[in-house]
Amino acid sequence: MQGRRFDAAGFVFRLLLLAALFITMLLLTILIIDVVTSGWSVLSTRLGDFLTGKLGSIPATSGIGQGLRGTFFIGLFVVVIAFPIGVGAAIYLEEYAPRSRFTRFIDVNIRNLAGVPSVVFGLLGFAIFVNALEFITGPRANGATVISAGLTLAVLVLPIVIITSAEAIRAVPESLREAGFGVGATRWEVIRSHVLPYAGPGILTGTVLSLARALGEAAPLILVGAVTGFLTEGARYSLESLQERFTAMPIVIYTWAGRPQPGFVENTAAAIVVLLVVVLLANTVAILLRNKYEKRR
Amino acid sequence: MPPEAKTAQGSGSGSPSVVPTRLEIKRSPSDVPLSPPEDVPVFQVDDLSVYYGSFRAVRDVSMTVCERQITSLIGPSGCGKTTLLRCFNRMNDLVEIARVAGKILYHGVDLYHPDVNAVEVRRRIGMVFQKPNPFPKSIYDNITFGPKVAGIKGNMDEIVERSLRRAALWDEVKDRLKESAMGLSGGQQQRLCIARALAVDPEVILMDEPCSALDPIATGRIEDLMEEIKSEYTIIIVTHNMQQAARVSDMCAFFTAEVNETSDTRTGVLVEYDKTEKMFSNPSDERTENYVTGRFG
Repeated sequence: MQGRRFDAAGFVFRLLLLAALFITMLLLTILIIDVVTSGWSVLSTRLGDFLTGKLGSIPATSGIGQGLRGTFFIGLFVVVIAFPIGVGAAIYLEEYAPRSRFTRFIDVNIRNLAGVPSVVFGLLGFAIFVNALEFITGPRANGATVISAGLTLAVLVLPIVIITSAEAIRAVPESLREAGFGVGATRWEVIRSHVLPYAGPGILTGTVLSLARALGEAAPLILVGAVTGFLTEGARYSLESLQERFTAMPIVIYTWAGRPQPGFVENTAAAIVVLLVVVLLANTVAILLRNKYEKRR
Repeated sequence: MPPEAKTAQGSGSGSPSVVPTRLEIKRSPSDVPLSPPEDVPVFQVDDLSVYYGSFRAVRDVSMTVCERQITSLIGPSGCGKTTLLRCFNRMNDLVEIARVAGKILYHGVDLYHPDVNAVEVRRRIGMVFQKPNPFPKSIYDNITFGPKVAGIKGNMDEIVERSLRRAALWDEVKDRLKESAMGLSGGQQQRLCIARALAVDPEVILMDEPCSALDPIATGRIEDLMEEIKSEYTIIIVTHNMQQAARVSDMCAFFTAEVNETSDTRTGVLVEYDKTEKMFSNPSDERTENYVTGRFG
């Protein structure tokens, strides 16, 4: 019993795990330091102008207002369309659908859909929302509007919302459902009063993470026809403007990164910082909400 | 899927000499002075078999459960006690592949008749589970959920107090009704689950090894409680604890598992059903005697 045998394999394994964590954190830190230092001259001197200004050819007067607006509406579409449909589909799959071969087939396909490259969803969005549904999404802009972009990204994250929600629902202990059924509740009453409140934090976390994913996508937006040059339309927050041409944060970053003028490097970095902050804010809200509801368990 | 499962089959498809046919339960009034003068049957189980897919979990059970008595179901693991118990309030309906053949009459009404609403059945026939499973909500909300979904109007405060008093929990929790039920001890949680079952005013309470997760003191309190509420409710309890069955129950059913040589599956059969006293002092079947004297199981 005396003296400890040195567990060499365990020590090495632990070291490797630590290294994995360290490498991840290092890369992220370098990225953040790089963009913040590079974009600092813009963020520190003209943050207000930068956040509200329009796209332009002169770096010192260009801003990301139009991009933020596009990203805001895309997020709104994802929240309003993908979340309810996705959570609804997940509830049906987990609580109502019979455990048949057909259900499993659907389940597998949803998982496959979640792995489909976003460009493919962009093509889908182009075919359906831009072309086929042009008369709804925006006849004046040939369908290349923020409505098409929002719908496309909503479809893109739908499988992710379904999978994460279904997993959160599956994690609800069977004993809780039985307790509900045992006192004579219907399936719907059990779901509403016990399953959803219990799965809520998990559903919330998954859906907000998928929102972050949607806000960062550029490829589908390019296919849907986001404006990569200057956006001359009056980009105001009105309903009609939803049917006008649009751009979004990832597109702004993509466009600016390709410009030769020197000032755009700083602008690009500053835009990246803003997008990161937006995504972080969304995640923070999700975490705060989750903590609030988990406490009540 | 065996074809005979589709209809209520006649007895004797197995080995009729082993399975007692329905027992005539008559108890002389002098026997137990506290019990009602005559035995009123609540459940009449008639040749009941339960299948999970093509696997037959319980076969050809016939027994009569009487009002305001405690009926215990005992036997080794895997002999179908819990499966049978869950037939009494159609909890097995929630298992998709479960199927029932034969009949359970509840006051003469076939519980599995297509017109019978399983939700309504569970309101009349409450259940307490093996592991305490309070809702992760306040003590108060745990009690009121059942009455609310049952559409019971009336003073919820009164229902809460009455149910908790009957479950001998009121004095311990009356000052913290709004606190989470998860903060209670295991024994308190189980009494809360009993109170929750009592809150919808059921006629029958099914208990599935209600004390298996509790220490001896908590177990004693639950047993006292059963003794107390027996005057108003019919109780069916599954227990692994033979002393418990001997202590609390009026009637006792002993089950055992028959191993099917060809498919290597185990099917539960009812060996003997009689007054608890007789079951433990002078059983008619040798297997019962071996089990209650601890020679097997």
